[in-house]
This record gives sequence, structure tokens and C-alpha cells, in this order.
Amino acid sequence: MGKYIELTNENFEATTKEGVALVDFWAPWCGPCRMIAPVIEELAEDFDGKAAICKINTDEQQELASKFAVRSIPTILIMKDGEVVETMVGAASKAAFAEKLNALL
Amino acid sequence: MLDFAIIGGGPAGLTAGLYSTRGGLQNVTMFEKGLPGGQITQSSEIENYPGQIEVVTGLELMDKWPEQCKRFGLKHDMNEVLQVTKSNDVFTLTLGNHEKVEAKSVLIATGSVPKPANIKGEAEFFGKGVSTCATCDGFFYKGKDVAVIGGGDTAVEEAIFLANICKTVYIIHRRDKFRASPHEVEKMNKHKNIIQILENNTNEIIGDTTGVTGLIIEDKKTNEQKTLDVLGVFVFVGRDVLNAPLKQDDGSFLCDMNESGEVIVNLNMNTSVKGLFAAGDIRIDAPKQVVCASGDGAIAGIQAISYLQ
Repeated sequence: MGKYIELTNENFEATTKEGVALVDFWAPWCGPCRMIAPVIEELAEDFDGKAAICKINTDEQQELASKFAVRSIPTILIMKDGEVVETMVGAASKAAFAEKLNALL
Repeated sequence: MLDFAIIGGGPAGLTAGLYSTRGGLQNVTMFEKGLPGGQITQSSEIENYPGQIEVVTGLELMDKWPEQCKRFGLKHDMNEVLQVTKSNDVFTLTLGNHEKVEAKSVLIATGSVPKPANIKGEAEFFGKGVSTCATCDGFFYKGKDVAVIGGGDTAVEEAIFLANICKTVYIIHRRDKFRASPHEVEKMNKHKNIIQILENNTNEIIGDTTGVTGLIIEDKKTNEQKTLDVLGVFVFVGRDVLNAPLKQDDGSFLCDMNESGEVIVNLNMNTSVKGLFAAGDIRIDAPKQVVCASGDGAIAGIQAISYLQ
């Protein structure tokens, strides 16, 4: 069963440098972040083995948040081979995220 | 076929789910694209929900609502509803994954989204300094200067929330006094780091590759322009209802709406279409309060049961 990957400074590069990844910048106090949490969990199952579905707790990983100039959460990066292909700000539906990932696979 | 399809998982949708399932309907599904709770989960403090004496955040207030509904059999489908149509007494819902679901009765309780202030730079810097959620993004401006645009309850409440995190909070309102309740305004007056700027227009949000760097305002009386050096601009100028699922292929709406795009209902939350109900912020004359949306939802849930009998 697929599970999302918690990213930190230590594993960020290794996880995202190859293939397709979705990176969700979130925090516990953020309503819309909580709203998409079950969506991210389902995506991790649906894309198991196809794309890396990741979460970054911006409260704990402030360096990563500032590296990607994140100033609103949730911010979702769609990445391919270590490059940011698209930045999405705010809650969206599972179908919207899946569409972005499928377009890169 | 569903007995009752509920579109939206805020206080209205959840309460309709609670009343309809507890009232005996077996086959009720609430369509909400993520975790239910609604827009109130972005609010920093609730102090007017009856019986809730301790001040809580919107997230805390809504925490147990979905579980309570689930106990009575409400199902949650994590899908967006793109369109609702009706033919021969049957409603058809087109979902975000393009599947179709049929229902005997439908409640539209999609609520609303923050209205843009429609100023230059707002769209360009959205997510890069422009925000509509202080509880989400205030954290990024610890010890920095920010601006709040608006003069209603939300603008004043969130300015107070930001004042506890930020160095200076400018609140800019185009009228000569705030629309917010006197209680909130009084609370705001106690914060020395909130600078109130009345009778000013907001002309442009400026920035560079790093994001927002300032906000240009204009005094309505003297026409004098001034740039506030702020890294964040929080926009709270009202809300737009989410009525897109009611739009038909020919551009008309499924039921009667007013000129602001709100659904016309009677006291039973009936729309002009039989079996279609509307509740919460999307309906005409909505007071836009959790307790009212929830009350609407209860009415709609009860009415859906009688419609189906």
C-alpha cells in the first residue's frame, strides 16, 4: 500500500531528483491543508510506484519552504526530474492533482 | 440511485446529512472534494457559536461534525460536483472524475470563496505574498509588516490575529468607518501595532521575483498616493458564491437565482425546482454564519425526507 513520503532537507533531493513527484507544503494549523490531507493519502495509493507523493511540514522545514519561496499554504509543487513544472496554491480536487501527474507520466 | 445527494461539506451540508440520515434516509451521499468542515476552518477564532463558551478556532469547532454524521450513515464521496441537471424527476450529477451519479433529491450547499479586490498585481502575486487566509499564512510574516484590505468582520478579526504575529498590520478600508461589529472594532483598537487607514483606495500590489514588496494606496479626499512597504497583503473584501454546478449547458441556471448569483429559496430551503434545495452561504439573504448555515441544513434535511415520502 502506498504511503506519502515526509520530506526533510536530508531526503528532499534524493526523493525528487528522478521521476515525477508531488510535493505538498502544509502545516497543522491550516484548514485548507487539512482539507486536502485525505486527498494526498489517496494519491499516494493511486500513484504507488509511479510518482513520489510527498508532504513537507513547513513549520518544521522552514529552510525548504523558503528555498521554494512558499508564502501561502497549501502550496503544491508538481516536479519532474528535480525541476518544478507547476506550482499550485490552495486546495484542489483529487482529479485536478491526478491530471497534472498523469500528464507527466 | 441516491435518495439525497448533498453537494458541499461545510456546516450546511454536514447538518443536512445528519438530519436526513438520522431521520431515516438510507442512501445519502455528501460530495466534498476533501476533508469536510468548510470555509469556517480558516477562521482564527469563534466566539459566537451558541453553547461554545471557550473561544476556539474554526478547525476545532468543526472537528467532530463529520464523525457525528457518519454514525448515522452519511457517506462521503471525495469528489467535486461539476454539474447538476434534472430530467423526468431524476437529477444527474457529473463528478470531477467525469463519472455520473443519479439522485432523487439534491441539496446545493457549496458556499462561497473569497472575492478578489480586483487590483493590479493581486492575481500575479497570489500565493507570493497575496493571501486570503491569515491562519494559514500569517506564520510566514512573523515580525514583518503586512496589510489587510477590507472593513468587515473577517478583515478586522484576521487583522487582530495577524497583529499577534506581525510587527505592523495596516488595515485599509475605503469607507469612513468599519462595517465590522463594534465589539470587534473595540478589540482592534487595543492593538497598538494595527494602523487603521480609512477612506483610502488600494491601487496596486507591487513586488519583484521574491514576491510582494508593497501596496500603493490612495487617499480618497486628497488623491495623494502612498506606498506601504509590506511583504504580505491579506484580502478580505467579501465572498463570491460557488454556483457553478447549477450552470446548464446552454448557460442558464437549473433554478431561479438573483442578480448576484445566489439561489432563491423559500423558508423551507426549496428552490424553484422540485427536489432541489439550497442551504448556507449560497442562498439569498444568507447571514453567512455557521449557526445559520447549519440551521438551513437541518431544514433542508427534514424537507428532503418529506419530499421523498
